[in-house]
Amino acid sequence: MAHMTPTPVLDPSQDKTMILNMGPQHPSTHGVLRLLLEVDGETIVRIMPDIGYLHTGIEKTCEAKFYQQVVPMTDRIDYLCPMTNNLAYCLAVEKLLGIEIPPRAQWMRVMLNELTRINSHLVWLGTHAMDIGAMTVFLYCFREREDVLRLFEAVSGQRMMTSYFRIGGLALEPPLGFFDQVKKFLDRFPGNIDEYENLLTNNPIWVNRTKGVAYLSGDDAIALCATGPTLRGSGVDVDLRRDLPYSGYENFKFKVPVSTDGDVYARYMVRVLELRESQKIAMQALEGMPEGRVKADAPKVVLPDREKMKTQMEALIYHFKIVTEGFTVPEGEVYMPIESPRGEMGYYVVSDGTAKPYRVHMRSPSFANLQSLRKMCEGRLIADVVAAIGSIDIVLGDCDR
Amino acid sequence: MASQPAITDIEQLKDRPEMAVLLAWNAAAITGAKFDRNELTIWVDRIALRDACITLKNHAQLQYNALADITCVDWYPREPRFEVVYQLFSIPNKKYLRLKVELSGDDASVDSLTPIWPGANFFEREVFDLFGVRFDQHPNLTRIMMPDDWEGHPLRKDYPVEGYR
Repeated sequence: MAHMTPTPVLDPSQDKTMILNMGPQHPSTHGVLRLLLEVDGETIVRIMPDIGYLHTGIEKTCEAKFYQQVVPMTDRIDYLCPMTNNLAYCLAVEKLLGIEIPPRAQWMRVMLNELTRINSHLVWLGTHAMDIGAMTVFLYCFREREDVLRLFEAVSGQRMMTSYFRIGGLALEPPLGFFDQVKKFLDRFPGNIDEYENLLTNNPIWVNRTKGVAYLSGDDAIALCATGPTLRGSGVDVDLRRDLPYSGYENFKFKVPVSTDGDVYARYMVRVLELRESQKIAMQALEGMPEGRVKADAPKVVLPDREKMKTQMEALIYHFKIVTEGFTVPEGEVYMPIESPRGEMGYYVVSDGTAKPYRVHMRSPSFANLQSLRKMCEGRLIADVVAAIGSIDIVLGDCDR
Repeated sequence: MASQPAITDIEQLKDRPEMAVLLAWNAAAITGAKFDRNELTIWVDRIALRDACITLKNHAQLQYNALADITCVDWYPREPRFEVVYQLFSIPNKKYLRLKVELSGDDASVDSLTPIWPGANFFEREVFDLFGVRFDQHPNLTRIMMPDDWEGHPLRKDYPVEGYR
């Protein structure tokens, strides 16, 4: 975070370029991103992102918590896709522990993850369109997002910081009638996507503002560590859900949208198509939802059912021990990458055999993807910077952690 | 509950393609290896790190062409204290590989990977900011998360977690 230092001093002998400050309080920087733009007239010569305004030291905080207490911390990293972060962390610790998750919990996780992706992409689409000047889309997107948040509230009691996944499964059985609500939403959602597309996909203003803007080639995207739709928009076909399936994704049929154009429009199309695919995956999960428990059979790790705790001595003891002392995790280290709406969300967890993680590191997609901004914007106009930021879909909480 | 025990013997792991390639390239630079929970970790000497990455990236079969992550673990008070952890990803083969470099506390510096992957820039700045590990030939090694006038490196294990700063 360079906000303590004055803006960089340019060579006084030149009078061509000037420094323009953008952010951190700027409506189009999606949070508190600060950009220093060196401009020559309207053209960008150099772009210097300045981040760290939301750094809260989550990685350090995790080291002082029990394994199960870290789950609520992970929500707060990327507040638009809390379930994805929960899942990545839970999968990492489950891999360290070596426990099996029952199919119903896995299916629920997949379904909720796809709903989270829909939620995140809707916020992205709304704000991105509004940045470029299309106000209506924002209202439509937030209308559907509200429905998704209601579903989250029904299942976890929270709209945003859900903390619904637990190490070893889920916190609770979903409530009665929840699947009907999800079905109702998923049934009408494809029609809603058509609405957004009617407003944007062939809209000449939208196309002029996005086609050919902020070009990023596939090789540059790989070299700059971009992942997710930013990478797929540049023609590199990587999706960890399909390539390295986790949490039962190998049982679902879906396409991975890829576009070779590498511009803002390509990234827009990739995400809109992903919305459709997410709807299909969530539908498959809903239709094939297995019966059974939502918690793994690991009494030392998973909290016992309320009923058992009140009637069985053993369950009460386990409950007491997990809550007061935590559970120990065998020594080792795990890197668990999953496909978040923004790209590769990787959790690197190191255990020293105690009840608290020795180190938790989050490889966050926004942080890595932000590096592409420079390549996208240099030599282009200031007005295109806003389109480029929107097309990377950064969340500053995810970026700064 | 625990799965297979970790294999830490280089002899047993030398048939894995990544190990075979690195051993054929420079066996002296490989200081250790571990196969645990289906993840392969290779310890590389810090002088050889950049060449090892180039070897893995340019190899015709392995093609570890993407860098997924760089981070660090502080094993204070053990020496060598820091372990810088690199996650490489092969996009054609869809495979991950972990490289590690051990660094002592009083001379914590390693070659930057920015000449190979410009995207290493932010990751290395983050490790520098939070651990104080230096990356040689990095284009802009400044703090990224903490303010510029901050003292100390918060993710070190000997950094005070309570009291006044």
